[in-house]
Amino acid sequence: MTRVLGIIGGSAIILLYATLLLVVMPTVQLRTGENPPEALEPYSESELAGRQHYISLGCIYCHSQQPRDPSQAPDMARGWGRPSVPSDYSYDNPHQLGTMRTGPDLFNIGARQPSVDWHLSHLYQPRAVSPGSTMAPYPFLFRETDFLGDQIEVKLPAEYAPRPGTYIVPTQRAMELVDYLLALDHTYPAEELPVAPEVPEGEEAAPADDQQAANRID
Amino acid sequence: MNTAIAFLLSMTFLISIGGLFLLVWGLANDQWGDGKEAAKSIFAEGEVGRVEETAATPEQKQQLREERDAGELDIDQTELADRRIFDRSGRTPVLWWLTSAIGWLLLGSLYGLIASLKLHLPDWLGGHEVLTFGRVRPAHLNAVAYGWASMAGVGVGLWLIPRLFKTELRGGKYATAGAVVWNLGLLGGVTSILAGYSTGIEWLEISWQFDILLVLGGALGAVPLIMTVLVRRVHHLYVSAWYLIAALVWFPMLLVTANMSGLFVGPEQAVLNWWYAHNVLGLWMTPLGLAAAYYLIPKITGTPIYSYTLSLIGFWALALFYSQVGVHHLIGGPVPTWLTTLSIVTSVMMIIPVVAVAVNHHMTVLPRWRMVLISPTLRFIVAGAMMYTFASVQGSIEALRTVNTITHFTHYTVAHAHMGLYGFMAFILFGSIYFILPRLMNWEWPHPWAISLHFWLVFIGFGIYFWFLSIGGWLQGLAMLDASRPFMESVAVTMPYLTARSIGGTLMTLGHLVFAAHFFMLLGRLGPKRDEAPQMGLGRFAKSLTEARGANS
Repeated sequence: MTRVLGIIGGSAIILLYATLLLVVMPTVQLRTGENPPEALEPYSESELAGRQHYISLGCIYCHSQQPRDPSQAPDMARGWGRPSVPSDYSYDNPHQLGTMRTGPDLFNIGARQPSVDWHLSHLYQPRAVSPGSTMAPYPFLFRETDFLGDQIEVKLPAEYAPRPGTYIVPTQRAMELVDYLLALDHTYPAEELPVAPEVPEGEEAAPADDQQAANRID
Repeated sequence: MNTAIAFLLSMTFLISIGGLFLLVWGLANDQWGDGKEAAKSIFAEGEVGRVEETAATPEQKQQLREERDAGELDIDQTELADRRIFDRSGRTPVLWWLTSAIGWLLLGSLYGLIASLKLHLPDWLGGHEVLTFGRVRPAHLNAVAYGWASMAGVGVGLWLIPRLFKTELRGGKYATAGAVVWNLGLLGGVTSILAGYSTGIEWLEISWQFDILLVLGGALGAVPLIMTVLVRRVHHLYVSAWYLIAALVWFPMLLVTANMSGLFVGPEQAVLNWWYAHNVLGLWMTPLGLAAAYYLIPKITGTPIYSYTLSLIGFWALALFYSQVGVHHLIGGPVPTWLTTLSIVTSVMMIIPVVAVAVNHHMTVLPRWRMVLISPTLRFIVAGAMMYTFASVQGSIEALRTVNTITHFTHYTVAHAHMGLYGFMAFILFGSIYFILPRLMNWEWPHPWAISLHFWLVFIGFGIYFWFLSIGGWLQGLAMLDASRPFMESVAVTMPYLTARSIGGTLMTLGHLVFAAHFFMLLGRLGPKRDEAPQMGLGRFAKSLTEARGANS
């Protein structure tokens, strides 16, 4: 080639074209955020703060938030929830879909593990409640105190417990992060996903195919 | 809506086919240049057949000459003398970009090693927020991608410019300023990630306040390219120049668009995210690496590139297909199926440019393959070129749904990413720096054994890294897909492989330390000054040629 402008123009147009296809088209099609599902509540102030800690501590590098369809992978069987749909992410900016599962998917961790105590112990020292885990510990989200008062005590097995007479208590950051994790609950039905046909009242549910077959043999 | 999508998709198809026909027509009618002549444009008159390699010891040079001694006798000495001047014309900016790159390589290796160890020793340094896995890992990625690979790529590109356009580098001071601005942006960016101010988007963790400095630094680094191309003294733009020019166009488009991600929500933002993340590899780093390989392979072996036409196809097909592959990172995710399908199709189509580049690189070397065993520079470059082919073909296969279902969300992807950015990119950059620095400093590498040590440390280290992590990742994926096995099994199965990866990573880091120490020794002109003219590595050869000519006449 001998023409500089040809190369500049050609390469710019090709990338522009790819951008139209890959970025603009899906945005025009999906319009996430315009019709959030009724069952999905916007994040509270504390949950949003917790989400910021989730981002700041880089949870995304080990945890995804996008259960796959049962036809592709057993994510549902693992209790990670139904396949996610675009409207589930109506309030998610920046997105935290993730690309790695060194740890499990967290899109429905709030439903799967609703205990605040469990989350606090787990964040302080994952191996205290989840043997074999390789998750990073976050002791810096907690502090040690010898006066408990009305603070929450982080329950730990002897191996990880602080010296006698002192307690591990969560900081505000730990509580906000747990708030966010508990808010990760997308177990409501998704409009976009196909559902089983509803059966009018008074009628019996239509037998499944295999049952029909069984009936005929009878 | 469906009509609009169908319309756009058919337009894509028609435009692609139209483009292909245009290309074929252009080739048939010789619109693109004079094939063989253009491929020879990087050589001086009569230089084809001469080996150019200064990282080699005198003994190695002798061996190389025995392998490749087909030079015509009348080499244009004025052109060689001119080239010596061109080679040093960009000294200040090139040294700024390269030295910074090596600093980032060391820092990035350290972060990478910490992150790798933490994956199997999670409580090690566990009490330090700044060094938690979720911060060290993105710090590693940003330091090596934007610090090492990008800055070294720009440095090598800046050094290539005068050679490609056969004139001195113009506007070098802008590029020097660019290196300073880029370093400031990246230093701010990496520090902010470690301090917890990540944007939370992979590959874009650095906030726009610092990204702006990268765009500005990159633009300043590109000024000499524009200024020099305008006063070029060559008719043909050599392949490497196309890649450099295109990379210069693409990088600002990518980074500026990606920094508007706040305008997008949820899955749309994820799509933008992976459109960017894959393009920054394919349309920014890959062109920089290929530009170096396309110059150095023919130059060191003294052989014009195998097929100029293939390089044209490779270039335009790379632009067309690579720019659309990004969404294969979201297979199975909450995005439209047509979109992932489009990316899978283009990922497979990538085989076209990859084969074109592979044939060109490997067929140029093949008839003289023994040179790879002798020349320290060529060994790095050819290893890098082979790993480019491997990484690309692997990437095309990995994008297929059946394969992706296993490898997605596992360490396998991480191993693949390193095959591209390290196996291909870093190896080519190492080789390029070994080639460039003696010419820049007018001084030879003090310890040729250190080059070999560097090569074997990173080659063996990376071999361990890649194979163990790939196998571990694959087993992890299989475990995760088997609902009858608890999730924890997919964690446990990777442990020995992650440990092996840390060992490989340690060897690689040791190699980088050897490389950096050697680099700074040459900068300080430590070690012996040999009698041979280091710029060309041809001093004695030229003399013996003159004698031979005298004997003939």
